[in-house]
Amino acid sequence: MKAYFGRRYMLSASHRLHVDAMSDEENRAAYGKCNNPHGHGHNYTIEVLVGGAVDPETGMVMNLTDLDAVVQTKVVERFDHMNLNHDPMFLNQVPTTENLCKEVFRIVSGELPAGMLEYVRVEETENNFFECYAA
Amino acid sequence: MIFLTRRATFAAAHYYWNDGWSEEKNREIFGKCANRNGHGHNYTLEVTVAGEPNAVTGFVVDLKWLKDVMEREVLAAFDHRHLNHEVPEFAKTVPTTENIAIAAWRRLEPTINSTGGAKLSRVRVYETPEIFAEYRGEA
Repeated sequence: MKAYFGRRYMLSASHRLHVDAMSDEENRAAYGKCNNPHGHGHNYTIEVLVGGAVDPETGMVMNLTDLDAVVQTKVVERFDHMNLNHDPMFLNQVPTTENLCKEVFRIVSGELPAGMLEYVRVEETENNFFECYAA
Repeated sequence: MIFLTRRATFAAAHYYWNDGWSEEKNREIFGKCANRNGHGHNYTLEVTVAGEPNAVTGFVVDLKWLKDVMEREVLAAFDHRHLNHEVPEFAKTVPTTENIAIAAWRRLEPTINSTGGAKLSRVRVYETPEIFAEYRGEA
């Protein structure tokens, strides 16, 4: 019987939305306050949903400790209290929450059995969030 | 198609234990959840129903009706109960959040799907604000 298990993780990070290929004026037009030179930060919430058969022995789709081991180690520890722009992942792409969501999906799906990751949702603030599903 | 969701909360006790395993293995797999004296949560039940709005009422289903169904079919059995000891589904099944979502689905589906229009689409159960499971009726 297929069910889904979800977990929400918090992390705080700073970023600046700026693309070197555009002029300062174009960056300000595209990103507004998010282009301020010294960056700013958010309390991000990462919601991860995994799907699969419920193991009759454990009653679980996946043990929370196994999911935590992946997401805490590969995502939270990597980005929490960091400047996203300085992460190698964002040296050549702008750290919008769309791109962060896409990269978190890629990292987590690479650590889980194929097809198990249903979606990653990244909430940048209480009022905006992004979801990435398998293509 | 419109998806309508109603939330309700209940508080219950449970513990995780597999009788087929040693005490050591239960503690290894289930951690603190294997404490036989149990522990409890404030659960949130989210029930999503899918359908087209009725041409006259504009409702997919009447929310008051859905609230009453949730209270009668699920909350009356789960709220302020010890899931392992007082809810028949968990006499032999571990009351994980996944299994609570499946049990709630089975209790709700016959009534909700008998209306003729709307169908039960999703049951999501939050054990804490950070931990949840859902069931969509899949085999």
